[in-house]
Amino acid sequence: MFRNSSCEVAGFLQIYNQNMSFERIQEKLKILADAAKYDVSCSSSGSNRSNANKGLGDATGMGICHSYTEDGRCVSLLKILLTNYCIFDCVYCVTRKSNDIKRAAFKVQEVVDLTINFYRRNYIEGLFLSSGIFKNADYTMERLVAVAKKLRLEENFNGYIHLKSIPGASDELMREAGLYADRLSVNIEIPTKSGLKRLAPDKKHEDFIKPMAKIKNEIIQYKAEKKIIRSTPKYAPAGQSTQMIIGASGENDFQIMQTSNHFYKNYNLKRVYYSGYVPISYDNRLPQIGSEVPMLRENRLYQTDWLMRFYGFDVSEILNEQHQNLDLDIDPKLGWALRNLHEFPIDVNTANKRMLARVPGLGMKSVHKIINARRFRKLNWDHLKKIGVALNRAQYFIVCESNQFERRDLTSEKIKGFILQNSTSKYRADLSNQLNLFG
Amino acid sequence: MQSTNLIYDGSFDGFLSAVFYAFEMKLNQVTIQNEFDSQSGLFSENETIFTDEVKANRVWNGLKSKLSPNGRHQLYYAFLSEQHGIENTLLNYIQYAFSQDSPVDKDYSHPSVLKLAQIAKMVGREKHRMEAFVRFRLTKDNIYFASIEPDFNVLPLIQKHFKRRYADQKWIIYDIKRHYGLFYDLERVDIINMDFPAHFDFTKNNSDYFADQEFEFQKLWRDYFKATNIKSRKNMKLHIRHVPKRYWKYLSEKQPD
Repeated sequence: MFRNSSCEVAGFLQIYNQNMSFERIQEKLKILADAAKYDVSCSSSGSNRSNANKGLGDATGMGICHSYTEDGRCVSLLKILLTNYCIFDCVYCVTRKSNDIKRAAFKVQEVVDLTINFYRRNYIEGLFLSSGIFKNADYTMERLVAVAKKLRLEENFNGYIHLKSIPGASDELMREAGLYADRLSVNIEIPTKSGLKRLAPDKKHEDFIKPMAKIKNEIIQYKAEKKIIRSTPKYAPAGQSTQMIIGASGENDFQIMQTSNHFYKNYNLKRVYYSGYVPISYDNRLPQIGSEVPMLRENRLYQTDWLMRFYGFDVSEILNEQHQNLDLDIDPKLGWALRNLHEFPIDVNTANKRMLARVPGLGMKSVHKIINARRFRKLNWDHLKKIGVALNRAQYFIVCESNQFERRDLTSEKIKGFILQNSTSKYRADLSNQLNLFG
Repeated sequence: MQSTNLIYDGSFDGFLSAVFYAFEMKLNQVTIQNEFDSQSGLFSENETIFTDEVKANRVWNGLKSKLSPNGRHQLYYAFLSEQHGIENTLLNYIQYAFSQDSPVDKDYSHPSVLKLAQIAKMVGREKHRMEAFVRFRLTKDNIYFASIEPDFNVLPLIQKHFKRRYADQKWIIYDIKRHYGLFYDLERVDIINMDFPAHFDFTKNNSDYFADQEFEFQKLWRDYFKATNIKSRKNMKLHIRHVPKRYWKYLSEKQPD
């Protein structure tokens, strides 16, 4: 009797196990994706890993956002933690040891399977794997590397892999990580040493710097060797990045951008991300739960970052001892122009690229179009408008092939008033108590 | 003055053959119309153009010396927009290009050049969107199948991208609006036409066609999509700007559980 039913039981168990494993994966995915979402990096561009082996995937060319979350952020990579068990107790972090939350951990193979199956369906560009620190830094880093290695060597996967460098991991592991990953990053999170000491007492500033320096040197070495031997194995071809939390530890914009500039200059970072602090803790060292995420400030910092990287500005032109915080009601380029009215107006038909890039309302695409178009004929207001220049801002700072231009000798306060009067900011609601329309 | 209306078969070679004819006959008052989209004018004479690859190539090669590679690229992109009357903008652009000594494709203050650049950009954006929003579903025959309805005819533009990327799996991307698709059989990509049952619903996950594990992965993907959102930063306006609603019906993450 028992024997008869044992087959059925076995069959039932198999189905039961299958369901169990699907449900377990589902549960883990929910927990570990939720825990990883505060990392804002979503980039999948800048690598050069082509599909040469008729395998799966290709990471050349530009990145792709396969979807966008309801908060408007790009979904490009499967962004998860390997585990949210953590031995550290950083106040600002949702997976800190003392936080009472559900914990979970993926097996290496589970992450590999999810990545491959999501990739095959064109959901993602690749994997962004981070982790809470369990046991110690090397033990954790080793497992992250194991996932990447398996994807590359066993699955023939050429998609994008972004691995987190675990602070304090050994040089050998960082070296190996770069052989399989396209990008590596270590989040310094808190822009100043004193802030770090206060909010993440277990972590040392050097622990962040060490892997960053190691990666930087490996990349330099890789680039040098590649010039001589073309087949040198790739090392983190999409470079490294970092992230800072904004509005958690009281730094001003000047301090933040100085730190950022330091990392761009000294560690050749591809990107610094700024992440407005989302309150997740009742600890009294931090903004309380329910306080607003500083999204406008975050936006202004990104604009400054762009001015530094693409518009030829030095950070000290925008933020300095006299001017320690960015204006919230106007963008940083307009702010700079209003403080430097003596540089304007410029003639769009003759000005050089550097000055064109400094005109409020002119993006780099418009600059490019102007420089090309003016070789055929002198440009007037109509041309500029059609090209896509935001004349609402630009008109006070330029002249062109027209006898109509701003002749009044306006003060910067007046110009600012006119511009704000004629524009609607998507942040208007946040700003209403700061607007000074007719200054 | 009598104007001539050249009617071509809708193909790019056909269009270039019409351009060849316009130059050859030195037509001043001329319009070019797709045979599926043609209207007879009261004072115009219709002329049917036969697609001639040799003539088309002569025009295309002639443009090599008159446009930068990017300019010719834009020309083809703009053609694929299938916008009503686009042929005449393109003809105007080509006439302008042939009348000048140096390449004109960066003359952004010329109306046809700017318009062409803008339309090419729209097509490029749609191409990029399709590279992003195609969602493959694994069928019981082990083929990854995706259906799309792009605003412009971008299948010819995305073929290379998908072939390179999914070199080790069979896949089909089918344009429901234009009734043709691409099929990759692990060796090459072919253009295919498929017959679907009447009233076939492409958005439904029918278990007769799709593999069992397919449904699990769609579920996991939807879970991931929800879990990765930060509620306190919700911004639906931005969300919809990035993922316009007309694309939602084929996005697995936007389907109900």
